[in-house]
Amino acid sequence: MLLIPCPWCGPRPENEFHHGGAAHIARPAEPSAVDDGRWADFLYMRENPKGRHVERWRHSHGCGRFFNCARDTVTDQISRTYRPDEVP
Amino acid sequence: MSPVTHFSLATLLRRAVTGRWGRQWRAPAWPKPAYDVVIVGAGGHGLATAYYLAKDHGIRNIAVLDKGWLGGGNTGRNTTIIRSNYLWDESAAIYEHALKLWESLAAALNYNVMYSPRGVMMLAHNEADVRVFKRHVHANRLQGIDNEWLGPAEAKAFCPPLNTGPDLRYPVLGAALQRRGGVARHDAVAWGYARAASALGVDIIENCEVTGITRDRTGAASGVETSRGAIAARRVGVVAAGHTSVLMAMAGVRMPLESFPLQALVSEPVKPIMPCVVMSNTVHAYISQSDKGELVIGASTDAYTSYSQAGGLHVTSHTMEAVCELFPTFRRLRMLRNWGGIVDVTPDRSPIIGTTPVPGLFVNCGWGTGGFKATPGSGHVFADTIARGEPHPIAAPFALDRFRTGRLIDEAAAAAVSH
Repeated sequence: MLLIPCPWCGPRPENEFHHGGAAHIARPAEPSAVDDGRWADFLYMRENPKGRHVERWRHSHGCGRFFNCARDTVTDQISRTYRPDEVP
Repeated sequence: MSPVTHFSLATLLRRAVTGRWGRQWRAPAWPKPAYDVVIVGAGGHGLATAYYLAKDHGIRNIAVLDKGWLGGGNTGRNTTIIRSNYLWDESAAIYEHALKLWESLAAALNYNVMYSPRGVMMLAHNEADVRVFKRHVHANRLQGIDNEWLGPAEAKAFCPPLNTGPDLRYPVLGAALQRRGGVARHDAVAWGYARAASALGVDIIENCEVTGITRDRTGAASGVETSRGAIAARRVGVVAAGHTSVLMAMAGVRMPLESFPLQALVSEPVKPIMPCVVMSNTVHAYISQSDKGELVIGASTDAYTSYSQAGGLHVTSHTMEAVCELFPTFRRLRMLRNWGGIVDVTPDRSPIIGTTPVPGLFVNCGWGTGGFKATPGSGHVFADTIARGEPHPIAAPFALDRFRTGRLIDEAAAAAVSH
């Protein structure tokens, strides 16, 4: 079980959180202006990296807030968590 | 000389007495500089692809590459459950195609894959489960696939150790049973395909990691770079499960995949007690008994993407709680070992089989948590797709392009359960 440092509550066990997938995926500002390929890219295509991964978590059984987390997907080591308004 | 001899009762008896079995497939340490087809990934699906390419399409100048050892990924890590009772016609077609191949696979490969159609029973614990499973039963009957509804007493009769009493936190309200479903020996499937493919001239090269996919001036695939040198090939098939995203990125192709650890565990061996496979998606327990006597138990995926091949203990303990509730008699069993595999999950929980935006580059992936059962069918239609350069009719709905067109095959919503 991961020990995840919530930026507001400090280190808490993983089962207090929900994983929210890859972070920093921007929704196209004008969905009707993009073609199907771009839209599919936004909805479905993922880097799925082997190594450093930046992802969203939500402290659903704690403060309830979303935050971002940089984790290595080979070692599962978390290098950093930060609030949504902080720079990656 | 090929080390493969045809197994018969006489040869089996002779080898059983002498104890000399010999190597079952050629294992060249180094690849040739060029092949007609390179398959990346020597798991069940990749080896089956090579076998059917050689057997059905006459393409024998094939290399199957693996960064580790043959069958050492998800093929050797899964819980070996075989069934074809999926909801949508496209899924039912490919899994039933596989199931039909399973039924004669040992004879076709001349190798005992220990396919045992002992029945797969899926438990319903609430009204939603009952409706979903009955819908599956009806859909499967329309597709010509066996699936039947059992009441709690019938489920108990089919699987006596199952607790169907009123004291269960999630009582058993019934079950969907596919009698032709069952299990097979996962290692034997990889070995059987490797042996048969090797006998047809396929080179299986282990400890050979692909580090790049090369493309020619037109952008088409021209080969692979590996830890054992460059290999030229006009056709490259990526069958790498959890590592597919990493490999496809080498050719500049983005995939709709996320890789998760999926765990399984086995108990100490006991005398035969589990007559069938029991699956409960609602409380999350998958259990059967191997021929060695171990109870084989499937846990769920971890919540986060990872390549670590190790998941959290709380995930397995959650499954053990469900197993102990359903089978009180197993509470005193000790677990021997647990492990994880990395499964590649698509947004619609259906696989991706077919061509890619790169000419000559083919992909077979996205089998998620349930690829073992599809091994023969997957290899068969993927071989046809590579040989002809266009999707086999059964594979066509599973094209990568469906994420752009929106023609998803949403088994995730169809099952109404976590996968």
